[in-house]
Amino acid sequence: MSARAGGEGFPDLLYSDAERSLADALGSLLADRGGWDKLLARTESADTYDTELWRSVAVDVGCAGLLIPEASGGAGASYREAATAAEALGAAVVPVPFLGSAVVSTACLLAALGSSREPVHLLGKLADGGYTMALAVPFETAPGAPFPVSVRVAAAHPGDKGVGWYRLRGSVRGVADALPAGMLLVPADGVPQGLYQIDVASPRVTRTPVASLDMTRQLCDISFDDVPATLMASGAEAAKALEAGLTAGACVIAAEQLGVAQRCLDMTVSYVKERKQFARPVGSFQALKHRLADLWVAVAQARAASRYAAACLASGSGDAPVAVALAKAYCSDVAVHAAQECVQLHGGIGFTWEHPAHLYLKRAKADSLAFGTADAHRSSLARRVNLPAP
Amino acid sequence: MLNEAELRERVRAFLRDSDPTRRQDFLNARFDAGLAWVHYPEGLGGLGLPRSLQAAVDAEFAAAQAPDNEPERIVIGLGMAAPTILVHGNYQQKQRWMRKLWTGQEVWCQLFSEPGAGSDLAALGTRATRDGDDWVVSGQKVWTSSAHQAQWGLLLARTDPDVPKHAGLTYLVCDMTAPGVEVRPLRQFTGEAEFNEVFLSEVRIPDTDRLSAVGDGWSVAMTTLMSERVSIGSARAVPRESGMIGAVVKTWRDHPELRTHGLHDRLLRLWVEAEVARLAAERLRQQLAAGKPGPEGSAAKLVFARLNQEISGLEVELNAADGLRYDDWSMRRTERASFFGRGPGFRYLRARGNSIEGGTSEILRNIIAERVLGLPSEPRADKDVAWKDLPR
Repeated sequence: MSARAGGEGFPDLLYSDAERSLADALGSLLADRGGWDKLLARTESADTYDTELWRSVAVDVGCAGLLIPEASGGAGASYREAATAAEALGAAVVPVPFLGSAVVSTACLLAALGSSREPVHLLGKLADGGYTMALAVPFETAPGAPFPVSVRVAAAHPGDKGVGWYRLRGSVRGVADALPAGMLLVPADGVPQGLYQIDVASPRVTRTPVASLDMTRQLCDISFDDVPATLMASGAEAAKALEAGLTAGACVIAAEQLGVAQRCLDMTVSYVKERKQFARPVGSFQALKHRLADLWVAVAQARAASRYAAACLASGSGDAPVAVALAKAYCSDVAVHAAQECVQLHGGIGFTWEHPAHLYLKRAKADSLAFGTADAHRSSLARRVNLPAP
Repeated sequence: MLNEAELRERVRAFLRDSDPTRRQDFLNARFDAGLAWVHYPEGLGGLGLPRSLQAAVDAEFAAAQAPDNEPERIVIGLGMAAPTILVHGNYQQKQRWMRKLWTGQEVWCQLFSEPGAGSDLAALGTRATRDGDDWVVSGQKVWTSSAHQAQWGLLLARTDPDVPKHAGLTYLVCDMTAPGVEVRPLRQFTGEAEFNEVFLSEVRIPDTDRLSAVGDGWSVAMTTLMSERVSIGSARAVPRESGMIGAVVKTWRDHPELRTHGLHDRLLRLWVEAEVARLAAERLRQQLAAGKPGPEGSAAKLVFARLNQEISGLEVELNAADGLRYDDWSMRRTERASFFGRGPGFRYLRARGNSIEGGTSEILRNIIAERVLGLPSEPRADKDVAWKDLPR
């Protein structure tokens, strides 16, 4: 068996006009946000997520409902547009829960609901920004991971009879985008093993903010103390829904990594044109130019990988699992490399708190672990394209 | 203007009326019908149509199993000489050269690099001096593929040593059969000779074979070199695991006994890079087809050079004991470069040339840094100095 793809009907790897408008809309919204000091200050505040900005992104630009069908109140767009949005948001390292809510949870929920239309109000609420949702799994969980067992279905309490819900007990470490969420999707083991929905307003849910490597996407540990939960899908359906969420996450975070890498390159190129040492711009030294040329090449390659993954997921291509693993493996390394080059080529200023280079470095490094490391995705590729380990 | 369906119908009509068994006549007629390269002007083998329509024409001829012009044999003519003549040639020159160039009756080669002028091409020293209606040319050129088969050579020569280096060059077309042209094979460290050295001793070139003005050689040469990069960058979409990576993954799959954990990690990293490079080439192709060529073309050669080198290096190691053997060191001339039909050792050695030929990777990085990223150039010591006064 060898992996075949390409030839006739190659997916479109360019940006559509609609995608360009979306990127422009986000670009101007984010450009109007002023200096870095506000963003930096927020990372040390109690509210690390910018809920006001999230409302603009989610509602005004319409990013919350990109993946939700129009019939359910969404924009009926696809992973191509979601990836484009993530690229723009990643470029600005803004603390909004787009990835966790509008991508991962939405993909998970759409898969869980399948053709059933019952809790359609949930999708509508997600699409109009009424709800923000997170999938309660550790941020580093990769597609293909075994179904989590750290949360279990607990025994019913006296008086639960006939209420139609279950209770969950347990904990999850290091969940992304759960701090600003009003709803959680929780995979839980037990009877039935399934995907549950809970309301974080319940006093039986405790979210503990974590000092995170990336404070522009602060993680939290979550514990569940017999919290009431609604079953959304069970058994194989739940596993499929979880996989859909994780795959969407890996695909779209690759686009975010592309955005991070491109911005790191742009910032660095501007800086080396301005910064003078030895009576000339440091960007005129070949030692630096060659590094930046290599970085530009890597970013151009990453763009092709990311676009292919988004296009495959959007069209439901059979090559999507390979495309997503490829994009996450490649873009992870490129984003980290770009952020590290950004720090190094800025010299001393790049090592300070006041300069934003570190926000990109921390985002890039954290993203490289999120939804599986490059190494994990290469191992997954080894199985999928028949390159077995010794 | 013809649309694709009308164009396809025109090709089918041409095929109905032509006899493909008379190969040269058939190719001549195809050229005269404007179906050689449809984006070229009428009268020069084209119909003045968008370049993107050529694929439909090629598909029709291929489907009819019609004879082609063996494009791989005349790469330099098609990829470099033709675009240069199209832009800089006069009417007579176009009429005289284009048809035999496209049909492959006349092979072209490129006489640019010299032993003393590699990356710094504009410093070249081959001299052309005016004598009546002729130029008299003496000097040495190197890395000339197809020179031993060529009828014509694209020659860059110094006509004025008293001005700065870029300003004193003139672009001539050299008859490779003229007295004073001597072609010698240049043996590479793979054992074979894919290229030649060309020695020019008082070769007479009529002034009518000059392209563009005296002293305008550098800008004409840029047309040639940019065309080379476009033709490298716009290769057709290829299937996954084509090229160098295909050879390694086959060995990996066929020989479980050769697998180690360290090699596995390297193989997976290179598989990812090769596949991403394939997607990037496809994305570039889509950009060109959409009429929006991006600067990504200049990345392609850089990437493929590095990947070919790393992948072939891995392949030699993966072959273990057989990696220590080499298929054939004997000196022979090869018609064109191919990595396949040879062993891993050959691929490894030949790939080292990929980052040197057609612009070194270092020069490509300079080009990307300066033209794409807009970074300032290094201070230049040779800019305002007459060529004859440069240190050498």
